Amino acid sequence: MDIYLLEAIINGILLGGVLALLALGLNLIFGVIDVVWIAYADIVMCGMYVIYFLYSEYGVPLPIACLIAIASMAALGLVIHLLIIAPVLNSPPINQLLATGGLLFFLQSFATLLFGTDFRNIGVRLPILEVAGIYISFSRLLAFAVGLIGAVMLFLFLKRTYIGTAIRAIAQDRDIIGLMGVDQRRIYLVTSAIGGALAGLAACLLALQYDVHPFIGNTFGPVIFMICVLGGLGNMIGGFIASFIISQIIAIGGYYSNTELSYVLAFTFFIVLMFVRPRGIFAR
Amino acid sequence: MSIGRIAAFAGLAILIALPAITPPYFLHLLIQILLWAFIYTAWALMGRFGFVSFGHGAFMGVGAYVPALLWSYYGLTPWIGIPLGVGLSALLALIIAYPCFRLKVVGHYFALVTLALSQVVLLSLTAARDITGGSLGFTPKAAGHSWYALQFPEKSYFYAISLLLWLIGLYVWRRVDRGISREALEAISEDEDAAAAVGINVLREKLHVTIISASLTALGGAIYGQYFMYLNPDTVSGIAVSLQIVFAVIAGGIYSLLGPTVGSLLTLSLTEGLRVWFGTNFIGAANTIYGILLILCIIFMPRGIVGTLQGMKVWRRTGPKAVPAE
Repeated sequence: MDIYLLEAIINGILLGGVLALLALGLNLIFGVIDVVWIAYADIVMCGMYVIYFLYSEYGVPLPIACLIAIASMAALGLVIHLLIIAPVLNSPPINQLLATGGLLFFLQSFATLLFGTDFRNIGVRLPILEVAGIYISFSRLLAFAVGLIGAVMLFLFLKRTYIGTAIRAIAQDRDIIGLMGVDQRRIYLVTSAIGGALAGLAACLLALQYDVHPFIGNTFGPVIFMICVLGGLGNMIGGFIASFIISQIIAIGGYYSNTELSYVLAFTFFIVLMFVRPRGIFAR
Repeated sequence: MSIGRIAAFAGLAILIALPAITPPYFLHLLIQILLWAFIYTAWALMGRFGFVSFGHGAFMGVGAYVPALLWSYYGLTPWIGIPLGVGLSALLALIIAYPCFRLKVVGHYFALVTLALSQVVLLSLTAARDITGGSLGFTPKAAGHSWYALQFPEKSYFYAISLLLWLIGLYVWRRVDRGISREALEAISEDEDAAAAVGINVLREKLHVTIISASLTALGGAIYGQYFMYLNPDTVSGIAVSLQIVFAVIAGGIYSLLGPTVGSLLTLSLTEGLRVWFGTNFIGAANTIYGILLILCIIFMPRGIVGTLQGMKVWRRTGPKAVPAE
């Protein structure tokens, strides 16, 4: 097999790790609260700015900057839930979608207002590994590993803890859960905070690989939705697998043509698959 | 003659007389407001029935690029190019909408499928940079004042064209609103299976309104391109444009005839006003305020400005439909 193709495939798998993390966060929120956060990728953008400013401007060590970013994005998740999602919880789904779309506008333009449209890079250069003639960037490998660890931790949290069980229960039956003595509002808050924290974690990983600018969310946002829908909205395992399918299409498509066309291919694949399996590939 | 009708004619007379008295800058604004109002009205045709499309950026992009490319490379007059672009958009809408409606891809899923469509068009336009100039944009070949090329340096021509388009948009909206289709579509948006059970051809009604909506959007995109003489994938296509359309309509009022127009008036004056006020130092300011307003609108006025105002006049029996199904 062509070595460059192999490299593309490996990079695709590595990209899939980060996408899977983002898809998990979005799926968790959708599964529990039943609202699609269109602005999810823009929360990642906010996290990247936090890291950039803490690390590059104020000299905070990178790991601490990352922790602060994760914590502040968790807080942002809470604020978003309280200010925007809670008031529209009983509105038609499309209004909820649009409310978070308004948030997308707000976050992107507020970031433009504050930071301008410059591309900023935290300037951390991690080594590039060479394995049997294949070059793998360490930052991507790290992103993949941390993405997987994040996914496993989330899984354990949902399986092993009381509140995790409550979260899974609420995703299964919203109406009965109140009768079981679980406070819905508290679960919603916890879920929003976890969703925000996952976006913050993804921000840490992406800040190592990409420049941050106000519209970076547009690069990832549509892809993440596509992944979630493909896996079945709210279906976390489906979303996890779908991330790797999509990242492979993007990587291999990029190898044979160029990046834009590989995304065109991925989106077209998504549209076609929606017609074959309208509720996602893993719908029962 | 009712008061409403007299007001409408008076308003129209003022609109027709405007180019004679307004400075070019305001005329430029008015043209934009009318063009966008037309596109927003086209979107609202289907949006008001709960088919929320994020794919109208795709239709607008196709409508704008096809005539511009055909004219610049092959010298084909936009009089043929525009219908081709509109036809292509309608075909695209059919290709996407038919399976969607057939397989009952609705709600979130429909919104996200159409979102993918606008990304496909955006990225294809960007990727074909040898022809379209990619994200640097595309400037159609200039021909001066020419009916053949549908290019007019004087703004008054495009003012007349966009005024006409806008009126056509309102007319189509009215036709759908007054026709039997409206009852059918409202029934469908409330309960598709029940609608089918009482003998409504669900698929045909939905496709009908979708194709009209996509074609009008493409027409708006074409005129937009002819007027600005500059096309950029990001300003005529893609997720940003699709969201812009959806939001302006929601802000203005999705269930009312003039709602989309008010949305266009409001958003453009806001953007321009803030731009003039703040200068270019605060490029994000306008959209920041815009974003906040949108969130507030959706939380507190889900029927938009016009819808809310009409809702206050409780004595009016023939108001728009009450708050959408919850």
